[in-house]
Amino acid sequence: MSDATLYGLCGAVLVGLGLFGLIVNPLPLRKILAFNLIGGGVFLLFGVVARRGAAAGLGGDPIPHALIITGIVVAFAATALAIALLLRLFRETGRATLGSDG
Amino acid sequence: MPNSATAGGFLLVLAIVLPVCGVLLSLVLGGRHAERIALILMPAGLAIALAIAGAVWSTHNVLQYSVGNWSPPLGVAFRADGLSTAMMVTTAVLICGIGLFARGQFPSPQQSELRAPLVFWTLMPAVWGALNAVFIGGDLFNLYVALELLTFAAVPLVSLDGRAETLAAALRYLLFALFGSILYLLGAVLLYGAYGTLDIVLLSGHIQAEPIAWAAISLMTTGLLAKAALYPFHLWLPPAHAGAPAPASAILSGLVVKAPFFLVIRLWFDIMPRMPQPAAAQVLGILGAAAILVGSVVALRQVRLKLLIAYSTVAQIGYLFLMFPLAIKPEMGHPWNTTAWTGGVLQAISHAFAKAAMFMSAGLIAEALGHDRIAELSGIGRALPITVFAFALGGVSLMGLPPSGGFVAKAMLLTAAVAEGQWWWAVVVLVGGLLAGGYVFLVLARALADSNEPLTLFATVSRRRQAVVVAVALCAVLLGFVPLHPSEFLQIGRPGIAVGGIR
Amino acid sequence: MAFDIGLAVLVLGVAVWTLAARDTFAAVIGFVTYGLLLALVWVRLAAPDVALTEAAIGSGVTGGLLLGASSRLRRAEIQAASEKPGATLRIAAVVLCALVSAGLAAIVLLLPEPAPTLAPEAAANLAATGLGNPVTAVLMAYRAIDTLLETVVLLLALVGIWSLAPDGVWGGFPGRRHQADAEGVLTFVAQLLVPIGILVGIYIFWVGSVAPGGEFQGATILAAMWILAMMAGLVDAPPVSRRWLRLLLIAGPAVFFAIGLAGFAIAGAFLAYPVDYAKLLIVTIEIPVTLSIAATLALLVAGPPERAPK
Repeated sequence: MSDATLYGLCGAVLVGLGLFGLIVNPLPLRKILAFNLIGGGVFLLFGVVARRGAAAGLGGDPIPHALIITGIVVAFAATALAIALLLRLFRETGRATLGSDG
Repeated sequence: MPNSATAGGFLLVLAIVLPVCGVLLSLVLGGRHAERIALILMPAGLAIALAIAGAVWSTHNVLQYSVGNWSPPLGVAFRADGLSTAMMVTTAVLICGIGLFARGQFPSPQQSELRAPLVFWTLMPAVWGALNAVFIGGDLFNLYVALELLTFAAVPLVSLDGRAETLAAALRYLLFALFGSILYLLGAVLLYGAYGTLDIVLLSGHIQAEPIAWAAISLMTTGLLAKAALYPFHLWLPPAHAGAPAPASAILSGLVVKAPFFLVIRLWFDIMPRMPQPAAAQVLGILGAAAILVGSVVALRQVRLKLLIAYSTVAQIGYLFLMFPLAIKPEMGHPWNTTAWTGGVLQAISHAFAKAAMFMSAGLIAEALGHDRIAELSGIGRALPITVFAFALGGVSLMGLPPSGGFVAKAMLLTAAVAEGQWWWAVVVLVGGLLAGGYVFLVLARALADSNEPLTLFATVSRRRQAVVVAVALCAVLLGFVPLHPSEFLQIGRPGIAVGGIR
Repeated sequence: MAFDIGLAVLVLGVAVWTLAARDTFAAVIGFVTYGLLLALVWVRLAAPDVALTEAAIGSGVTGGLLLGASSRLRRAEIQAASEKPGATLRIAAVVLCALVSAGLAAIVLLLPEPAPTLAPEAAANLAATGLGNPVTAVLMAYRAIDTLLETVVLLLALVGIWSLAPDGVWGGFPGRRHQADAEGVLTFVAQLLVPIGILVGIYIFWVGSVAPGGEFQGATILAAMWILAMMAGLVDAPPVSRRWLRLLLIAGPAVFFAIGLAGFAIAGAFLAYPVDYAKLLIVTIEIPVTLSIAATLALLVAGPPERAPK
């Protein structure tokens, strides 16, 4: 098994772990953490695809690398917005939960 | 398959660039100017959408553009077919109407910059640009970025009034939207891993009936269903759409929620046309039927007008997904030249106008009365007759009564269901229409009743805004004069064009 | 190979800890560690650009944001700890997630061999862009539209965060005022680190055209330095209504659009570059984009306005 495939399996498990944390944990802040875990897993899978596409003297396929970088930045922006909403909700209600969560 | 730009392809670029540059300009010039910039953008954007429609209609061909002169698979392509163009024109017309309506909602002060006007007038063109990017995107990752653009523009509109319940609704909306995006991205990753490209046209040529393709399409569809609030992912929608200010609710229910539906069409009919999945399509239809029934029944029990309208959106989205089991016909080989295809798209377009009109009239009623409790609406029919009339017109389309776009759409779905022997969908459509009639008449009966005491109005509602709402509602009615057979325009860009269909 | 197995196991272990930790603060620390380990994985997968981005944004800036949030929410979370879901939901979730992981793992093993790739095409067209780093070529040339829209996405997230300010303090200063403590360690460290960090950030941005690095990584380091300076009290966050701040934020996307639209005239398509001037145009875009992204990232961390403008 190549190291890329190994990390691919790691990424698959990360997605499952993150999904579990998302479903099970009631606190929105922990859900946001779980999202980032899922995101890391998805990006890792993409990175494995890139590594398997190494050719023409490059260590990996640069298209997925660029898309992962874009994805990491977008994920950060999403986290920032979610946290800002959560903090404002906390200021208004004094609670850190959504009531009935999704 | 030519990948170079067609004449007029630059219009596709303008459709995205114009609204987004408006956003940048609004941000730097400040609150007083944001509204003016948006109002200038509206006719310009409408002109571009109509020009694209004209180009697509006159050439009867897809409008294409390879950004940066880099062709797929290395680069990104924009493509506008008949369906994209119909959605873009709908978006442009509706946003013009909503923008005119919102002029009275968020007055911009002369001296300083206020929060709500700046945020609204900056985010509305952003939603417009993002929707256009979704409708013309030809690359799955470009569509992912467009979806994120749409989410970030739409979520703050929900919590614009800063109350605790809208903040919670906005956060829940964001979490569902992010859940949908990450599943979509995961599917795209798998498709790239299997076929080495993210371009929709190239993928349709490469894709095989193998597990990785099934997994990818399932993941992406599930993510998009969460974004479209199809049952069982519908819980985030009613509080979010009801909590937003009226023009924002109109944009959210009318347009934003149609974008993920559009992408499911792209996935199923553009990437997978050679491998139709009637069984999976039945699942989508079942979820759609559940949405119609659950949404309508819960709408009947609502106390507040805006929540009733929001649950109605949950139901009407269900109709959109009835299109899938009816338009996938493997024995014919070409799923799109059917009545159901036109019916589904027409449902999306007429619902956009009808629902926007209903939310805007509910907003005017709430402004006038200071509340939106249905039980206490008596007398508003006399005070704001034009507004209630607009609400009724929207309701006519929702119920599927002639003449209205909703009637044509539902009639086409009914015809397709009966003609294909899938009569159970016809039952669902009819029951849904009855239930919609129930909740629309619930509201109208209250509104048209005489009140015991004289009505104290909190604010006077301008005639101009009421006229705009009626105009938007009339668009839903005018769609009823579309001929009752498959549309040739919507088939532009679909392989194997045949306009026969079912009579 | 043994190293890789160990690293993968470590990543999974830290991920489990992040999910299972009782205290959110511990979970966030776990998350930052997870991010740094992931950066190491990226190095092992021959993706140094991604490694830099993951370390800087994925664990660095995100970690800072999450730490700030967890400290503010601590009291409320202790009260809410009793709302854990029932056993049936947990078991159903375990089954579902195990199926998802198993399915994805199976797909990883079923990925086609030889793997389809765009690396040859990317390498072949590199000369036309004048760049030496293929990832930068993808970001700024082949798929520049994605990067352009992404800068707008960041800006919209910022508008969204600003929209959460109470009406009375709109246009004001984000975050709390941190007082500079002349004797304090944080101030000392900041005074030392910020100038160095700025230089490092500029270097990483500049070198990105030929080596791993680029505008996002450089911008993140610059943003981190600004955040550090604000937290140490060296500077105060600017009021969000300031014209210069707004100009700084849109400068990047605006120049990107301008050069993109100029591409119609000089190279025949939107976001196309004439071959002779490709690198020059790309660098001309990258400089304001780096500054705008740095400002946007720093303000995303700073949060909505909390103090009224003067």
